[in-house]
Amino acid sequence: MLDLWQYEFMQRALIAAICTGLAAPAIGTYLVQRRLALLGDGIGHVALTGVAVGLLTGWAPLTSAVILAAAGAIGIELLRAYGKTSGDVALALMFYGGIAGGVFLTAQAGESAATLNTYLFGSITTLSPGDLRDVAILSALVVAVAVGLAPQLFAICQDEDQSRVSGVPARMYGVLIAGLAAITVTVSMRTVGLLLASALMVVPVATAQQLSRSFRTTFVLATLLGVVASIAGVAVSFEAATPPGPTIVLLALAGFVVTAPVGALLAWRRTRSAPFETAESTEHDLAEQHPHEHGPGCGHPAVQHSDHLDYVHDGHRHAPHGQHYDEH
Amino acid sequence: MTTPVVAVDDVSVVLSGRPVVRRVGLRVLSGEFVTLLGANGSGKSTLIRTMVGLLPAASGSIELFGTPQQQFRDWRRVGYVPQRSTAQSGVPATVSEVVTTGRLSHHRFAGWPNRSDRTAVAEALEIVRLADRGRDSVAQLSGGQQQRVMIARALAAHPDLLVLDEPTAGVDQASQAVLAEVFADLVDRGTTILLVAHELGPLTPLVDRSIVLRDGRIVFEGDAEQAVLDLGLGVHHHHDGPTSSRVPLTDEAAWGHDRA
Repeated sequence: MLDLWQYEFMQRALIAAICTGLAAPAIGTYLVQRRLALLGDGIGHVALTGVAVGLLTGWAPLTSAVILAAAGAIGIELLRAYGKTSGDVALALMFYGGIAGGVFLTAQAGESAATLNTYLFGSITTLSPGDLRDVAILSALVVAVAVGLAPQLFAICQDEDQSRVSGVPARMYGVLIAGLAAITVTVSMRTVGLLLASALMVVPVATAQQLSRSFRTTFVLATLLGVVASIAGVAVSFEAATPPGPTIVLLALAGFVVTAPVGALLAWRRTRSAPFETAESTEHDLAEQHPHEHGPGCGHPAVQHSDHLDYVHDGHRHAPHGQHYDEH
Repeated sequence: MTTPVVAVDDVSVVLSGRPVVRRVGLRVLSGEFVTLLGANGSGKSTLIRTMVGLLPAASGSIELFGTPQQQFRDWRRVGYVPQRSTAQSGVPATVSEVVTTGRLSHHRFAGWPNRSDRTAVAEALEIVRLADRGRDSVAQLSGGQQQRVMIARALAAHPDLLVLDEPTAGVDQASQAVLAEVFADLVDRGTTILLVAHELGPLTPLVDRSIVLRDGRIVFEGDAEQAVLDLGLGVHHHHDGPTSSRVPLTDEAAWGHDRA
């Protein structure tokens, strides 16, 4: 285990893993809150076309991928905010266009599928010092904005209309979240790869929310889980000679599988301990006078209502109570 | 004459090429409790969404506190409760966290809560009778309690005008009674209230004036109970007893039309 740190490439791999392990769940929490968990996948596909553009033109693939991914993400956000296109159709178009364009352009550049694979599934052990610097700077930027603007970003993801009426420039922040998500996906393409980047944005959040009641705890726990899964993934892949990207994601998923029953148990205990609202049980609406006596086979369907039977009567329910009937 | 809190003149709103609000004019004066009633698709929700700037008006003018709405920037004076059945989002959040977002209009840049924010949030939760639920997850609350969380969020900004879009829809009777108490408190405090609703239920005695919309036009303006009698709406079959003041506007058939 200690051998890990002796190799410079492994040191770089671990630092890069920590960076993306922090940044991906940080921005991912907002995506999950907005119910846009799959946006990261769409961005990943478009970033693939960006990589291919880089391979074709000789630019740094990271640069062209960031630009295209950001353009795609912001496009989706604007379509969502102003357009008539439904979010899932727009996302689908992005998936197909991105992956087809990526493979097509890579072939034009005379590169093999193997080259593409390093971007699709990551190649964390081949990072150059320059790559690491880019990853560190961009991750720091994402985390700084996700934490620094947390009150505003939380508000617009919670209720966009209400925050707009509060004078918060919600659309601008929506575009900001989309842009940050694009940066995060492209940064993660070297660690877990474009196809799995979104997993690192969503899975730790899904795990964290099993155990928490507040946004703050979910956010902190998700970033923590992201870092732990990333470090453990790199270590395991080194020891067991497994591919690092998928190992990180599988470990993150294992975390979810382990916590899901705990979350279910916590939710069950909460509902059990929740006090009954006394105001509701004191409701005692008297039914109108009627000579008919409800009973088995009286012609009115009987429904079980907690500890007694209600009789369905002209679209409402009567419950026998002493000499009269209550409305239930 | 004092400036009306809301002044709407000759406003029309067009959504996807279809006129939804047609040349509506109305005033809400300071301290008034005004309700906007009507069936689904009558344009009431669209009208208030336009008033608060969420939708553009095709024509006409809207003034808030005497300022044309396009130039209006003092949004802390307006508390808005959108039409939502739940205060939940995709990630867990506590009642306090949600209510704190209502304080953002008091922050210029970074919105990290300070002491006065925390005081305002505690007060708002007190008003909606959820003072002891601040640390609970909103997901644990009933629908009526979540509506009260959204009202508290609007109140946390200390607004002069409270605009609510169907806060009573789908809320159980016990919660409606609590909401009525909350509104009575707000009326005592002099808050101006504009409320969109299907039915008023226990709120009826608190309301100063009702405006009824049909097909995007105002068809009645005046006393809440009169609104029902004058329009000869079908009497809803219910058994709330002789003291009930429920206004039967839920019956779609009585209105003879729908959004579709």
